[in-house]
Amino acid sequence: MAFETVIGLEVHVELKTKSKIFCGCRTDFGAPPNTNVCPVCLGHPGTLPVLNQEAVELALKAATALNCKINQDCKFDRKNYFYPDLPKGYQISQYDQPIGEHGYIEIDVNGERKRIGIVRVHLEEDAGKSMHAPDGSHTLVDYNRTGVPLIEIVSEPDIRSPEEARLYLEGIRSIMQYCGISDCRMEEGSLRCDANISLRPVGQKEFGQKAELKNINSFRFVQKGLEYEVERQTQILSQGGTVVQETRRFDEATQTTVSMRSKEEAHDYRYFPEPDLVRLRVDDAWLQRVRESLPELPLQKRDRYQNELQLPAYDAGVLTSDIEIAQYFEAVVDAGIDPKSASNWVMSDVLGYANANGLTLSAFPVAPAQLAGLIQQVTAGKISIKQGRDVFKIMCETGKDAVTVIREQGFEQISDEGALIAIVEEAIANNPKSVEDYRAGKEKAIGALVGQVMKATKGKANPAVVNKLILERIQA
Amino acid sequence: MTIHSVKAILESLQKKETSPLDWVEASLAEIANKDGKVQAFLHVDAEGARQRAQALEGSGGLLGVPYALKDNLCTEGMPTTAASRILENYIPPYSATVANKLAAAGGVLVGKTNMDEFAMGSSTENSAFQKTRNPYHLDHVPGGSSGGSAAAVAAGMVPFALGSDTGGSIRQPASFCGVVGLKPTYGRVSRFGLIAFASSLDQIGPFTRTVEDAAYVLQAISGHDPLDSTSAPQPTEDFTAALTGDVKGLRIGVVTDFDMSGVDPEVKAAVDGAIAKLQAAGAEVVEIQLPHSQYAVATYYLIAPAEASSNLARYDGVRYGKRAAGETLLEMYERTRSEGFGIEVKRRIMIGTYALSSGYYDAYYLRAQKMRTLIRQDYEAAFEKCDVIVTPTAPTPAFRFGEKVDNPLQMYLNDVFTIPANLAGLPGISVPCGLTQSGLPIGLQMVGRAFDERTLLRAAHAYEQVRGFEMPAPEVNG
Repeated sequence: MAFETVIGLEVHVELKTKSKIFCGCRTDFGAPPNTNVCPVCLGHPGTLPVLNQEAVELALKAATALNCKINQDCKFDRKNYFYPDLPKGYQISQYDQPIGEHGYIEIDVNGERKRIGIVRVHLEEDAGKSMHAPDGSHTLVDYNRTGVPLIEIVSEPDIRSPEEARLYLEGIRSIMQYCGISDCRMEEGSLRCDANISLRPVGQKEFGQKAELKNINSFRFVQKGLEYEVERQTQILSQGGTVVQETRRFDEATQTTVSMRSKEEAHDYRYFPEPDLVRLRVDDAWLQRVRESLPELPLQKRDRYQNELQLPAYDAGVLTSDIEIAQYFEAVVDAGIDPKSASNWVMSDVLGYANANGLTLSAFPVAPAQLAGLIQQVTAGKISIKQGRDVFKIMCETGKDAVTVIREQGFEQISDEGALIAIVEEAIANNPKSVEDYRAGKEKAIGALVGQVMKATKGKANPAVVNKLILERIQA
Repeated sequence: MTIHSVKAILESLQKKETSPLDWVEASLAEIANKDGKVQAFLHVDAEGARQRAQALEGSGGLLGVPYALKDNLCTEGMPTTAASRILENYIPPYSATVANKLAAAGGVLVGKTNMDEFAMGSSTENSAFQKTRNPYHLDHVPGGSSGGSAAAVAAGMVPFALGSDTGGSIRQPASFCGVVGLKPTYGRVSRFGLIAFASSLDQIGPFTRTVEDAAYVLQAISGHDPLDSTSAPQPTEDFTAALTGDVKGLRIGVVTDFDMSGVDPEVKAAVDGAIAKLQAAGAEVVEIQLPHSQYAVATYYLIAPAEASSNLARYDGVRYGKRAAGETLLEMYERTRSEGFGIEVKRRIMIGTYALSSGYYDAYYLRAQKMRTLIRQDYEAAFEKCDVIVTPTAPTPAFRFGEKVDNPLQMYLNDVFTIPANLAGLPGISVPCGLTQSGLPIGLQMVGRAFDERTLLRAAHAYEQVRGFEMPAPEVNG
């Protein structure tokens, strides 16, 4: 029997606010444990939450960018449960009135555009971080993360393969990054993902029994974990078994999913409206301002790169995958460089160097204008492409402009025929065999002659000019 | 030096007849003399109070006036327990907004007063630490939950004290102890630093010996607080200016559809007498109905415990307060909370947890919220016809220790007249209106429109002028 995979994702995104959602504490990642805390986020008796306007602004941006209907009059609720990393014994969240509902994003799957529905986007506070001693003797809790604003994005069960799940997650990430909503660094936990996955016989309407996959901490593992689940559930169902509804986690070591074996008692969170906060009202003017502040989104940008800049789909995809790459690329184009050349340089040289050295483009040593200057030197024939690559590396290391590097390193290409004729003639005189071969029809033999000239000029000769000079002399 | 009204102390200070330190010493002497019997205080900060009195500067409205705070109001560096074992050694790292405001106005904090644990109770018998006695009759309760603050003011140990009122916890003990107790409009006074019982009902207010003093103190503690999102944007008003002594044309609402069968005859007579005095002074008496108020106690005992069950979840032994040992996390939680909370607190956590559970939420919590709306609408309709509503504060005078503590329902019904104002968020005040034959005080309750404390205080103050008797000082001797 053939099965269809049904996946829904719940994604938590930490908002890039300066302070926490209900108090004035800082939100920076990596601060020493329990240094970004105060009586409010530690849940001291008598303290009260005060909503951070910036958090609402970013949540609004997110919900708008995800094409949601905005609930301009909504509220916060308490989700009650006991855990040491939850200081108040409840999480302030949104239950039946999320800030955004009924949205969608689009992803490109095998060249086809597909819409994935979004059930809701709601605003809530993050919990702290528990660190369990390996021997189980104790647990330490770091409350720095407590109260960092989060949005939870819940997708419809519209995702049909592990690959689509990854594409959806990457789509969410790039939208969040484009809009300045979140860094979405999975390794720092600013983007977290849980997946629900079930299988059903092709053609069946009802969903099958699902498993929940938790604690997936990289984009690759989302796909890997789900692929393993498809395999596992297919095997169970093919043998006439039933999938147990449970929570599983992806185990990196074995590349499989394992049951978390937590007692599967249904949690009763006893949601009720948060009495310490007033209703959240977003007036039309605010919403309008947010709408107008949204930048061009990744998919729109990608379409524009293909349609207006005439870039191949692949280039457009890579360049728009990250807002910083797109911004860098656009700055190079704005400096007067032809889009395809700019794309080639950014994709191979800039990204190659950045990836090899773990750099982000916002901190890249060669500014877009400097790269444009280099490309112009190549286009004008002042240096060869190969020289250009070497010049680029030196620019990366020194931060100097192309012209300076070319001058200092003596990289200028020799295109002056007068300066080359003597060398060309010497090469011909010293290699009668190559000349003979060429005349006998082996056109490739000319390569050896050009090589001699390049060697003699330490690579500075313009190969096109050399080629022309040789041919003029041996074709006669 | 006898501690009487805030006003008298301020006048004496202004004339330089006395110094702030004199009044702190007077307060400490009264406490030393009487609190052995009354047991109003959980913590007296004698040295700190002396130092604060000597360091006073400026020209605050309460400059040099000693006072006490109910022990559910956080004070930085000073124990704050909410009369619970679970916070027995808790010292807050910050102060409540009201404490900061009183300090800024020049008030001198002398100590923290006893209460029912987490403000849950009507007799202060639910304190984990001690029984506070009614200064008028030491074998009677002071009322609750702010019994310590009421008794401290009644016994002349401080001229004013703050309490909190969730279902009558200021007005009922004020009634029992023969002092003035004011619960302001919900949102009038910041709750920041008030250890929460039921967030949508809790409100801080003063105990004083006169209505005028209540106006003074309200002026000092009210106003919008950016740290409390539910505090109203209303500006602080000059409440004393409203005390004209005139009630001509003021419409006094008398509720005709309250069940008065449980009301003590002496209480009923005293309240009727008070209404007659107001009428004689020129007020107009109009009959009004509050048909849904008969459901107020039931409504309250769903909403308040529901919020409490969540508000008290933070006392888990992890970060502060008591922690009992346990082999596992769950065991630590269970032991900490079993040993840390008293029986009434546990009862309410259970009720509240139940009311919010899935499958029961709609039938209990949601229904109670709907009833709350109906109760509020009743008041809106009533205030079309009148300006203040007059009832007894409590159906009985102070009762004896142990009389109701084993019968929670009897205890809950003592708040039948005070609870509706909390559900509707309205201001209410209790003013002494007589003594029973056995010498126990009786309180008259007035309830006003939201944010119309001026009219409420005017009516209460005018009554005080015409009531025709002075509350005798209770005789408590160490």
